[in-house]
Amino acid sequence: MEAGMVTPAPALVRFSGIQKTYDGEHLVVKNLDLEIKKGEFITLLGPSGSGKTTTLMMLAGFEVPTHGEIYLADRPIKNVPPHKRDIGMVFQNYALFPHLTIAENIAFPLSVRKIKKAEAQERVGAALRMIKMESLAHRRPGQLSGGQQQRVALARALVFNPQLVLMDEPLGALDKRLREQMQLEIKQLHETMGITIVYVTHDQSEALTMSDRIAVFNDGIVQQIDTPDSLYENPVNSFVAHFIGENNVLAGTVETIENEYCRVALAGGGAVTARAVNVSRAGASTSLSVRPERISIVPDGTSSDGPNRLPAKVQSTIYLGDHALAVLDVAGNSEFMVKLQPVAHHSLRQGESVSITFRPEDCLALDPV
Amino acid sequence: MTDALLTGANASTEVPLKRRLRRAERTRQVKALALVAPLLVFLLFTFAGPIVGMLWRSVEDSEVRQVFPHTVAALASWDGRDLPDEMAYAALASDILAARASGTIAIAAKRLNYALNGFRTILTSTARNLKAVPEPGTAKETLGKINPAWRERATWTTIKDASGPVTGFYLLAALDLTRNADGAIVAAPPDQAIYRDVFARTFLISISVTALCLILGFPVAYLLATLPPGRSNLLMIFVLLPFWTSLLVRTCAWIVLLQSKGVVNDSLHWIGIIDEPLRLIYNRFGVCVAMTHVLLPFMILPLYSSMKAISPAYMRAAASLGAPPLTAFLRIYLPQTLPGIGAGSLLVFILALGYYITPALVGGAADQMISYFIALYTTETANWGLASALGAVLLLVTLLLALVYGKLVHGQQVTGGMKN
Repeated sequence: MEAGMVTPAPALVRFSGIQKTYDGEHLVVKNLDLEIKKGEFITLLGPSGSGKTTTLMMLAGFEVPTHGEIYLADRPIKNVPPHKRDIGMVFQNYALFPHLTIAENIAFPLSVRKIKKAEAQERVGAALRMIKMESLAHRRPGQLSGGQQQRVALARALVFNPQLVLMDEPLGALDKRLREQMQLEIKQLHETMGITIVYVTHDQSEALTMSDRIAVFNDGIVQQIDTPDSLYENPVNSFVAHFIGENNVLAGTVETIENEYCRVALAGGGAVTARAVNVSRAGASTSLSVRPERISIVPDGTSSDGPNRLPAKVQSTIYLGDHALAVLDVAGNSEFMVKLQPVAHHSLRQGESVSITFRPEDCLALDPV
Repeated sequence: MTDALLTGANASTEVPLKRRLRRAERTRQVKALALVAPLLVFLLFTFAGPIVGMLWRSVEDSEVRQVFPHTVAALASWDGRDLPDEMAYAALASDILAARASGTIAIAAKRLNYALNGFRTILTSTARNLKAVPEPGTAKETLGKINPAWRERATWTTIKDASGPVTGFYLLAALDLTRNADGAIVAAPPDQAIYRDVFARTFLISISVTALCLILGFPVAYLLATLPPGRSNLLMIFVLLPFWTSLLVRTCAWIVLLQSKGVVNDSLHWIGIIDEPLRLIYNRFGVCVAMTHVLLPFMILPLYSSMKAISPAYMRAAASLGAPPLTAFLRIYLPQTLPGIGAGSLLVFILALGYYITPALVGGAADQMISYFIALYTTETANWGLASALGAVLLLVTLLLALVYGKLVHGQQVTGGMKN
């Protein structure tokens, strides 16, 4: 991943001014400009209806852009039918051919390319070894578990060495544990084979785990494209801040802006200093975003040593094993979460008055929600 | 908690788990049986019973046995090489007199005439001219004098063959076979050998109609399965519309359309494509058109249901893996519709095999199918033995086909377990 960032890889896919509408009234994809680098694992992340799947389908060739052009390796592909694009795809429900065995399924892309039997057999064997399913080669898809079907679908999409692999929520039908395991396996495959993967999901933790870069979609517009840590640390707007990770929102009005920081008067009383990320001028309303793990709870009455200290009342505590959450009432937000060490929640009583503090750099002033 | 319950139950009763399961299942099975019992009884009387009756009739041979009991008994020990002895002649003479008295001679005459043309005349002339029981020792001579046919071996072997209680005569006749005087199975004389032709014709028409239905029905079923629900429902109504009209009406409608002064001929003439009216009906063409029309829904519906189960994702997956549309269709879509093609074809073919009204109305003399002859022998000539034998052969062939289909589908059926 680091290497990819140092030497700028050439763009393999370029969306240029793409628009898409199904009904002639609403644009599902509003104006998409996106570059995907060779060897990159990019995730299109967003809620359902945000245009991410449509974008993937346009890239695969199953949907035609209403406007704009898509380039694959600098070749416009808008009018290239799907079977000539040389793009492997893993579908949501795997779409393994039920009347063919596992080996025949994996051999299918090779046989339609008229690759010689001996070589095809060799490559199918290698693919089966890769997914550790040599012994199941002659089963039919219906006899496999969801995870096994997923692996076969993956092997089938990779066996013909496509220049690009698309994955449309491929892990959606699996249970949590299996999903996490498959995430790592796909990630590993990506790293060892050096393939370019475009991955669509609505699961932000999946996106954070696997991706080199994430494009956050909402309302047919890419809100932000960045590495997982940048998205988390420096979201450009409230949608991204809210969609990626846990997030506390406090509404307020900007009082002053000074360099990168601003002073915000909270709607529920009090004032804090925040990073001015997405505020234009003094007097504008804003939403503050603070991550639960960047907040400390201090007992009432202790002296303050920072600009951001707010009174809070404990609503409840939630024990989650590896950590605990305190739900507080802060400046009118009664669902204000603070992440605690696993047993620290024992010292908090319901209804207790406490104070919270956080650093100005951990508090982002964004567009109002 | 479940474990605790199980062990608790085990401790209180000593009955093994398997037996308790069987006991629990039994109530359910009895209930299920009670639910299907009315239909089962109905089918037993209206379906299974008649079929068994038909099969029995195709081998039963009791007429001669009833009318000429003594002759049959006397011929039991006859080896069939020479003429039978005096005793058989005497028995026949007394049997004929008795039958004449009770008026049953026509029954035996009809049966024997099937096997040997002219036997009816032999019997009636003998019955007319035989005044009284011949003196002992003179029966052979007397009968031979009345009708020289009694001096021929073939006359007697015919009676012996027909003496029952079961015979292969009708079944052999249904396959254009017969027994010669020596009892060997040989081809029937050409003027009686028509059924193989009729069976071949029946199969040919059925296969043509099935093929036509498949060719016409496949695209319609595909359209039905892929159109958005609103439009596919409308189309489905059109497919099912013919069921709202009786078969007879639909067949007669084809007569109106296809006759030489009919709608089709008039239109073609008006456009100027033809000068002379085409012969579209009372021939094979008319039969195939009318039968295809009637049977098309039986092809479309199974095809539709098999296509409905095929996710569009399969075709997308095939395209993304590099298959051009035709390859994807042939290698991915078509194989998955095979169960539907099989079911539809079998249904149409079997229905077509037994078709009666449509070919009878729109077919010519050379287009009559086996069911026409079955109906003919049942209602016109009352030769139930032959009608049953033809029915039995048809049933056997149909069962064989169903069996073959079952075997094929068993190897093919993978989609059933795959729907996720």
